[in-house]
Amino acid sequence: MAWLSVPAEPGIQDPYVELVDIGKSFGGVRALDQVSLTVARGSIHALVGENGAGKSTLGKILAGVIAPDHGQLLLDGEPVTFRSPREAITRGIVQIAQELSVAPALSVAENVFLGTEPRRAGFVARRALRRRYDELAATAGFELSGDLPGRTLRTADQQKVEILRALCRDARLIVMDEPTAALGRPDAERLHRVIRRLAAGGTTVVLVSHFLREVAELADRVTILRDGRLVRTAPAADETEETMLSSMLGRSLGTTFPARRPVPAQAPVVLEARGLTAPGVHDVSLDVRAGEIVGLFGLVGSGRTELARALCRAQRATAGSVTTAGVPLTGSGPWAALRAGVAMIPESRKEQGLMLGRPIGENVSLASLARLSDLGLVRRRAERRAVASALNQVGVRVPAQAAPVSTLSGGNQQKAMFARILLRGPRVLVADEPTRGVDVGAKRAIYELLTSLAADGLGVLFISSDAEEVLGLAHRVLVMRAGRIAAEFRGEAMTEAAILGAAFGAAEGGA
Amino acid sequence: MDQQDLKQAKTGRGLPSLRPSAALASGLRRAGILYPFLILFIVLSVWSAPFFTKVNLLDILDQQSSTLIIAAAGTLVLVAGGIDLSVGAVYALAGVTAAHLALFASPAVAIVAGIAVGLGVGLVNGVIVTVFRINALIATLASSFVVSGLASLVTGGNLVIDYSRPGFADLARSSFLTVNTSTWTMLAVVVALGVVLSRSTTGRYIYASGSNAEAARLSGVRVQLIKLITFVLSGGAAALGGVIDASRVLSAQASNGETTLTFTVLAGIVVGGTSILGGEGAMWRTVVGVLFIALIGNGFDLLGLNPLYEQIALGGILLIAVGYDAWSRLRQS
Repeated sequence: MAWLSVPAEPGIQDPYVELVDIGKSFGGVRALDQVSLTVARGSIHALVGENGAGKSTLGKILAGVIAPDHGQLLLDGEPVTFRSPREAITRGIVQIAQELSVAPALSVAENVFLGTEPRRAGFVARRALRRRYDELAATAGFELSGDLPGRTLRTADQQKVEILRALCRDARLIVMDEPTAALGRPDAERLHRVIRRLAAGGTTVVLVSHFLREVAELADRVTILRDGRLVRTAPAADETEETMLSSMLGRSLGTTFPARRPVPAQAPVVLEARGLTAPGVHDVSLDVRAGEIVGLFGLVGSGRTELARALCRAQRATAGSVTTAGVPLTGSGPWAALRAGVAMIPESRKEQGLMLGRPIGENVSLASLARLSDLGLVRRRAERRAVASALNQVGVRVPAQAAPVSTLSGGNQQKAMFARILLRGPRVLVADEPTRGVDVGAKRAIYELLTSLAADGLGVLFISSDAEEVLGLAHRVLVMRAGRIAAEFRGEAMTEAAILGAAFGAAEGGA
Repeated sequence: MDQQDLKQAKTGRGLPSLRPSAALASGLRRAGILYPFLILFIVLSVWSAPFFTKVNLLDILDQQSSTLIIAAAGTLVLVAGGIDLSVGAVYALAGVTAAHLALFASPAVAIVAGIAVGLGVGLVNGVIVTVFRINALIATLASSFVVSGLASLVTGGNLVIDYSRPGFADLARSSFLTVNTSTWTMLAVVVALGVVLSRSTTGRYIYASGSNAEAARLSGVRVQLIKLITFVLSGGAAALGGVIDASRVLSAQASNGETTLTFTVLAGIVVGGTSILGGEGAMWRTVVGVLFIALIGNGFDLLGLNPLYEQIALGGILLIAVGYDAWSRLRQS
């Protein structure tokens, strides 16, 4: 057993969980690569990194939500394999996911003991349930009445329910993925106290977070990840927000970006938003000029996608205006935006982009059928030719246009969505994470597509959570935080440290 | 250097690869119901002398004409991701409306009014589903009760008899090239809706809406409008079926068809291989599916089998069809 001979990290007195040489790929994209770390019993261990650095993936592997491709998980020095979260729970490891699951019709106590209720003759023993809840809440130090119905709970209290649920299942290690992301400051501080109390009581907490201040205040040890690799694990006392941030930067994958063409000085503004407000978006104003790639960077949950959807009329705006080439966008729905020349490549190609069961050809021609038909009937030969030429332009060779689009690889599916846009020929393209989940080769091809679209006079709003690609492609970068444009950078000021700093809300902000 | 090598290793190839299991599943799905249908057809031809005769085959087609018309429009509804449980009730309401009007108005007025009633109900169904975003299953189930009630109001609970107005029978009973007009009407409707589904832009939008409504919406398809259109067509087709059958027998009553018809139509569409989950299906499938069920009934008659077993067989076939659809979708994803 080679695994057993791997020495524990020096300086850890009471190792509880050890991850050894963990690797995980998703469809050709490496999310984690040779990551090893040790979590001490009763400690608060933070995982930090940029979007996509692999911190959430690592948390999920720990909790049995996903299985690693290779590597080994040791629990108290003993190798374990979790095939499901259930198996992890039986070994005392519970994850509290970002999406909370509190049944609205049940009371707090019923929620906590859901599935493990004390029973008598098949009926829930209410009094016993109540007593056990009070004991549990007292042990955890929570002041949360067990009688409150689930639907009245605020997010912070729902989290307490999840934590109590974990504790009543005898959890010894709780993985929390961005627990404070949806919380206001007072609630976040309350949750911090809860986490400290858990650790003091001997429960181990693995905290996945992109709030560096929180990590610095709360954690005993910090593991920094970058591009799926371990940078270092160190005592939190030795780290500051600045040292963590600088270690998260500087992915040196050597990706090359196509040369940017300068935007002509007199290039007209093709997309203009003024005071745009929608759910998750507050008072955003921005301009995109013809031939310009404007990068929109922000952390997960900063409102990037919401902004994109509001710009394309996929989400109704509650205030503000969007103008394309000087003409205000009227009418409702993406149909109206597309008619005005604003097209979108959505964030999730499976859920919002492609009709997976339908042929490749139909997927590509969908947005241009009006042009490819006579008297309401599709001119199939013209369609086939147009689709073939668009696919050729984006560099996808297909076995047959009639094959379901689901038979294409992830990268080619993404390119097929670009082919749809090319065929439609819009004035503005809002591309939301167009390189997510594709391999390096397809990424490069998509960079070239975006650049050549801009060179042809399209205005491009390029949304990404990969700071490097935003900097490599965009003429100008907008950074979003908490639903607002927090900063704008151009020219020399466009550095990774600057945009990450603005996105994380570090002191110096931006221009 | 190390990282550079890794990057090379990670780089994907340019050529797309076709996953064999998905290709197999879609191939099987394509053939689907055709084999069982042909086998049943041949078996009946061999076992029963009266089966493979022009009279019997035309009879089957004629009997199924209203079912096929309703199922043709129902196919559009299902492909678009909806469902219409009100067709049986609309069929009855349109039948009694036309039959009632035929008593004192011209047959043309009666026919047009009957169909208009169906289009109206279809529009209401469509608005409830698309504007008020009420689940199609519940919305059309509710409207089927309302429509049934309206049909009873029209007749006052009685059978409407048009024996005194033989002109009303021309819609179904006149014949052209030895084939009944009702069969011709059915063929025209099925071909027309088949062309809409497979050749028109509207048809593409129907598939897109049912396959991935959000993707279709973001590609500029007015998904709700498309769904609304399918409900209007479904209501109109149900009414046409009701009017044709009322014309055939020169009478109608409010309890005609109703749930049995609704489920026969749905069963035919689904047995044909059109998915109840939307986005998949074809007109020829529906035709084969409806006729397959009709052949089973015809076979029970001709072979003198106990008709009690017919329903049991139908239920089993329906389960197999839906199970097969779920299975092949699972393969595909």
